[in-house]
Amino acid sequence: MEAFFQTDPLTLLAILGMGVATYLTRISGLVLVRYIDLKGRTRAALEAVPVAVLMSVIAPTVLATGPAETAAAVVTMLAAFRLPLLGVVAVGVVSVALFRAALGLL
Amino acid sequence: MSVSGSALTRRSDFSDGLRAIAPLVVAAFPIALVFGALAAQKGLSPFETMLMSSVVFAGGSQFVAIDFWATPVPWVAITISALLVNIRHVLMSASLGAKTKQMGFGWQLIAFGFLADEVWALSEHRARKQGTSFAFMMGLAIPFYVNWLVMTGVGASLGTLLADLDPAKWGFDFAFPAIFIGLIMGFWQGQKTGVILGASGVAAIACKAFVPGAWYIAAGAVAGVLVAAVLADPESLEA
Repeated sequence: MEAFFQTDPLTLLAILGMGVATYLTRISGLVLVRYIDLKGRTRAALEAVPVAVLMSVIAPTVLATGPAETAAAVVTMLAAFRLPLLGVVAVGVVSVALFRAALGLL
Repeated sequence: MSVSGSALTRRSDFSDGLRAIAPLVVAAFPIALVFGALAAQKGLSPFETMLMSSVVFAGGSQFVAIDFWATPVPWVAITISALLVNIRHVLMSASLGAKTKQMGFGWQLIAFGFLADEVWALSEHRARKQGTSFAFMMGLAIPFYVNWLVMTGVGASLGTLLADLDPAKWGFDFAFPAIFIGLIMGFWQGQKTGVILGASGVAAIACKAFVPGAWYIAAGAVAGVLVAAVLADPESLEA
């Protein structure tokens, strides 16, 4: 039980630092939009945020890791037109495992 | 008059949130277990791992932090990397913040503390259709938060046991990008979306190749947003 609760002061500091940094990023946009006028190109830019952010996080993993990951990403994307989210994730996991196994055999 | 403030609407908004997040809670199981196991390998106790999950609640930056982890803990570098990885939240909260003003600033300050990518993407999706309330966001956030906390703790407790299990062999490492692909396609609006995806993807990959650290996320996000602003239909700008 002692090992379970073991803590290090520098670890606590790191966790606190990460938590504060993360919370600040999560509320700063809220403060920002109170001072900007949401019209025209600003509005078009904000509309694109979801797609742009989500893509930026995964692009290096899915497009620049190897052929198995890229192929699985394409299959997953096609599945997303038809399946609910959990099905999409299942297709992604299974297809990347299959592509990796297949490429490993070549 | 709308009845958006009534207890009945609040309750149904909350359960709508629960239903929407349920598949992602399941999909997050392997990701949370893997994170816990990695944290244990770097010497974090299960308690420290769960503390990080509850205080930070941002998977991407937690994985990056564990990657940096060393003895003594480089807490300044870790804090800065969390800031970099999560700088995208500025754009995310601006976008969703503009759509949820009816919630009130005080409630936004609480709800936006739980703005993990998945919670945010589903909130955005709902905001485009019928509006996102505080109750809906809590319906998304609470199960996702509790699951992340508990499952990363389980992963850390099993630690070395899970270490022998190579997540890549079974494709479980791909659950995270697969969730994101599914979320992206929820926003698909044809060619225009494809162009934004292309701009963000190319910019993120190019940046990652040349710039050390987590700048690539911000670079890709800004590139996609700028392309969308430039390509905005002039006719719709009049409105």
